Amino acid sequence: MTSVLEIDGLTVSFSTPDGDVSAVSDISLSVDAGECLGLVGESGSGKSQTFMAALGLLADNGTATGEIRLDGIDLLSASEKKLNTLRGERIAMIFQDPMTSLTPHMKIGRQLSEVLIEHQNVDTKTGWARALDMLNRVHIPAAERRLDMYPHELSGGLRQRVMIAMALMCEPEVIVADEPTTALDVTVQAQILDLLTEVKDNLDAAIVLITHDLGVVAGLADRVAVMYAGRIVEQGTVGDIFASPAHPYTQGLLACTPRLDVETEELITIFGQPPNLQNLPSGCSFHPRCTYVVEQCKSERPALEVMNNGHIKACFRPHVEA
Amino acid sequence: MSDVPINKRRPGSNLSVPNADALDKAADVEGRSLWQDAFRRLKANRAAMISAIFLIVLAFICFVGTAFVPWSYEEIDWDILEATPPNFATGHYLGTDSLGRDLLARILQGGQVSFLVGILATSVALVIGVSVGATAGFVGGRVDQFLMRFVDVMYAVPLMFFIIILMVVFGRNFYLMFLAIGFVEWLTMSRIVRGQTLTLKNKEFIEAARASGGSTTSIILRHIVPNVFGVVIVYVTLTIPQVILLESFLSFLGLGVQPPMTSWGALIAEGAQEMEITPRTLILPAVCLSTTLFCFNFLGDGLRDALDPKDR
Amino acid sequence: MSDAFLQVRDLKVHFPIRTGGILIGRYTPLKAVDGVSFDLNPGETLGVVGESGCGKSTLGRAVLQLIGATDGAVSWLGTDLTSLNKKELIAARENLQIVFQDPLASLDPRMTAGDIIAEPLLNYRSTMSKAERRMMVEGIMERVGLLPRMINRYPHEFSGGQCQRIGIARAMILRPKLVICDEPVSALDVSIQAQVVNLLMDLQRDFGLALLFISHDLAIVRHISHRVLVLYLGRVMELADKAALYATPRHPYTQALLSAVPIPDPTQERNKDRILLTGELPSPLNPPTGCVFRTRCGKATDLCASQTPKLERAGDGQEVACHHWKD
Repeated sequence: MTSVLEIDGLTVSFSTPDGDVSAVSDISLSVDAGECLGLVGESGSGKSQTFMAALGLLADNGTATGEIRLDGIDLLSASEKKLNTLRGERIAMIFQDPMTSLTPHMKIGRQLSEVLIEHQNVDTKTGWARALDMLNRVHIPAAERRLDMYPHELSGGLRQRVMIAMALMCEPEVIVADEPTTALDVTVQAQILDLLTEVKDNLDAAIVLITHDLGVVAGLADRVAVMYAGRIVEQGTVGDIFASPAHPYTQGLLACTPRLDVETEELITIFGQPPNLQNLPSGCSFHPRCTYVVEQCKSERPALEVMNNGHIKACFRPHVEA
Repeated sequence: MSDVPINKRRPGSNLSVPNADALDKAADVEGRSLWQDAFRRLKANRAAMISAIFLIVLAFICFVGTAFVPWSYEEIDWDILEATPPNFATGHYLGTDSLGRDLLARILQGGQVSFLVGILATSVALVIGVSVGATAGFVGGRVDQFLMRFVDVMYAVPLMFFIIILMVVFGRNFYLMFLAIGFVEWLTMSRIVRGQTLTLKNKEFIEAARASGGSTTSIILRHIVPNVFGVVIVYVTLTIPQVILLESFLSFLGLGVQPPMTSWGALIAEGAQEMEITPRTLILPAVCLSTTLFCFNFLGDGLRDALDPKDR
Repeated sequence: MSDAFLQVRDLKVHFPIRTGGILIGRYTPLKAVDGVSFDLNPGETLGVVGESGCGKSTLGRAVLQLIGATDGAVSWLGTDLTSLNKKELIAARENLQIVFQDPLASLDPRMTAGDIIAEPLLNYRSTMSKAERRMMVEGIMERVGLLPRMINRYPHEFSGGQCQRIGIARAMILRPKLVICDEPVSALDVSIQAQVVNLLMDLQRDFGLALLFISHDLAIVRHISHRVLVLYLGRVMELADKAALYATPRHPYTQALLSAVPIPDPTQERNKDRILLTGELPSPLNPPTGCVFRTRCGKATDLCASQTPKLERAGDGQEVACHHWKD
């Protein structure tokens, strides 16, 4: 089965007054239809920029090289016009902050129907009818009334539902959710995660879930890729990653995430700080923070190595599956 | 840029490794302040830098140059007694005005007065404006209401008449003039500073300063003033030309400096009377005044761009 | 154990919001904090949890009197802070400090790290010489995990975690007795969050601090707190010892909160029972009568609408404000 979205050797760099910075360095990913890929990383990992490049939303001083293929079409070399037809219709994005992602002066109904009118050439009446239908599908109560409202009149949770509705309007093949619940309260987050599970179960779309929250990933993702300093350091099924993490960074992340179900005397931490992308350590970018560092790590960067079951790691240390 | 900090660990924690380099007892690392960042941005702005250099050179010439010119600004050349074109032999490098006084010397002296008035009057406006604005903005409540209503009332007073009355009542005193001008210009300065203060007041580091035991005065002096400074500097460079212009206008009306002392405005006034006969006496001081005003404005724009917080 | 350390009694903070009227304004009170009472003992950490709009940040600031209280009392070492004048309040603040949520915003961008940390010394130890101050600043910098030679660096040159350490150093330099931590790690990366939480716990042990730890992250609160206070729309829902709250939450809201927290374990997370709340958060301008939580509660009855439940004992070290917690 060929993947719906394939990223091949993607590098994203930004030109700054202090020189060029690589936010993403040579990563390759793929997502199949009906599967959810969780992309995990902290600040500076490059997880968001990867998909900003895919949707052509990089800042002016950013350049992306490599290939990003949506059903065979290379998004990076597509013209702006072509991208406009693809965005929203075949690949859609849900952003972190719904307040700034929804147009404040346009009614919800209009924003939703516009997506359809723009891409599928329906008339206004059909557009609004489908918008209403979509609001119901994302379980927004009193949907008819909400169509006539402005974004600021809705709560954070409702706004995020509207964002999800907007992404679903054209039934795209790929949905990218960038930290969709980070800005929400935990009870609202639970509701949105439920909705996303429903979307995943009912639609055949490929979902990319970008987040730093391992709990969210555990609930939704089928496969997980872990990024650090612009590179993928580990990739595998969600079961493998959580039960038997191979890379010390993944192990560290799992260990230092405080959990409700486990009582610990002291929180384990990852020593040191997130990487400075303008001044990355030599060899393996993680080595200054790694418990298992050896000489080789400081001079040589480990390549991605495939273990069994599609479990991939970028580390010299041998891994024993649990 | 950022160093790896020491993280005091308790024995037994398995994911911590003293991997950092040995703590060298090197000297303190000097920080790169926001001012230095802004200055770097300013240096990249050609127009602003050229203007700044031009202004400095011009001011230097005006203040130092009078020692090198053969004639003084009030000396009448009894041999000429009328406006003449430039003549190196007689030492009148730019010619004379209608009374036989050396034009170059008068322009230089006029420059001194214009710069002095500009800077001194603006300084007066600065001190009063910042004090009133910061206090009104930070303290708020009745104090703010009172001060701002006072400013509003002052705005309503036709300031030209105010200055004219001052000058008439107290005579055409040089120092009084820039006090009067400064007193008029502080109004807008205080409004600007008050606006900035209001924005700052709600920032978390001000709350932190209160929590650290700061009194109102200490917070205003330590935190508010340095942080409004950027806006103030920009406004100062834009106020100076306004002040010079105001002074020129007063001189044009005959209310500015007392003759034989002159300013660029007074020279322009004199020159305007003889515009048709000897345009030189009008054009030369006018060019000096205009370019100075241009330069201050370019510099002000450059400063505003350099201090723009977008980069932070 | 002094019984008069920090005692908050029926604290209310209402903000008058203009809701109408053309010439003469009509004001409605926004009830951010509406009757909160608790005690805090030396060396103890009280975790305050709740979601947005529950008033936890306002509560923290009201305890320090950074925001004035509309009603109620905050008794600190026997003195009612709400009755102090400005000068006395400044004097009292020597022992009451706060660490803020946004690491960068709480630092004056024009001051060096050293100056920022030294500011409490300037206010309270004005007789110290420059050299003595510097020594103290370097000492506390090392203690919180910052390299002393960064003393002349500016906030924008530090990372988020380091900025937060500067804020902590500033709060701790006078060895205060009580520190309010207002979401101190929410803006930090996960790996750094753990470092800062450990640091706070270390400092608490060493200095014998009492901490009021405000956060929306129940897992972190569980780790650092001895007792936990659950807030909703400015009222206390449950106040319990940590073990009791997490093992046997009695209030329906606490139960919903705990079930909503994602667990980083695929099998557990996908198979757990999630209690989903219905409805929306009511506006604090118009809170529901009686129990403020009743509009979203599965157990709500008419009694809940007419009578506001009071905190009652539900077990050892556990108090609940609910009419139906036994059901």
